[in-house]
Amino acid sequence: MHSFGYRANALLTFSVTALAFICAIASFSDKFSNQNPSAEIQILNINRLKKQSYGNDEVSLTLDISADLQSLFTWNTKQVFAFVAAEYESPMNSLNQVSLWDVIIPDKEHAKFRIQTSNKYRFIDQGHNLRGKEFNLTLHWHVMPKTGKMLADKIVMPGYSLPDAYK
Amino acid sequence: MDWQGQKVVEQLMQILLVISGVVAVVVGYATESFRTMMLIYAGGVVLATLVTVPNWPFYNRHPLEWLDPSEAEKHAKPQVVAKKRFSKK
Repeated sequence: MHSFGYRANALLTFSVTALAFICAIASFSDKFSNQNPSAEIQILNINRLKKQSYGNDEVSLTLDISADLQSLFTWNTKQVFAFVAAEYESPMNSLNQVSLWDVIIPDKEHAKFRIQTSNKYRFIDQGHNLRGKEFNLTLHWHVMPKTGKMLADKIVMPGYSLPDAYK
Repeated sequence: MDWQGQKVVEQLMQILLVISGVVAVVVGYATESFRTMMLIYAGGVVLATLVTVPNWPFYNRHPLEWLDPSEAEKHAKPQVVAKKRFSKK
């Protein structure tokens, strides 16, 4: 501690180490929050189910998505990324997950919402298996903290199905 | 800075930073504001810097007492004694 540079260096190192501890404590405090998100998705309309020129099936839907993700937000949350995926089985793949819509939720106020929209991303099968297909719509979310580990979870909503013929 | 001052400065720095860290976490958690926590901690770091890094006079209250030159000349200068080398057999 005999010189200016020595003391400045010691202070800098110690303060950064203490900062790391503070961030670890902040991240740990997330364990004490109660999280109970809820969501509901309805298919308002199946707009088209067609076969593309390459031979793959494509479907266009209009969805009514309502969700309450407010309880996921803590003081240590930067944003929540949520997306809706259609999940189904096909002869080629045991599990297909196709992302239909997503959103970035920056704060608690925007976390409770209801939106009616057509699918943001195209729902295209690897093959032509979608006629009469039963599928789940799953709302996934990733909670991105300000410090710490990202947390991912989902709500699975089964029981949706597509028409038996192209339209 | 003298020895006593250096010891004080090291302890002061650590205590100030730890206390500002603890206060920052507690207040930030209570107000649910990450930003508040960071601001309090940054303020604590600045305070610790201002208190411990510059060479304030109150750290030099116990200065080392060097021998006065006029006193030193009254006594014989220490002689350098040539070292005896023991050779290995």
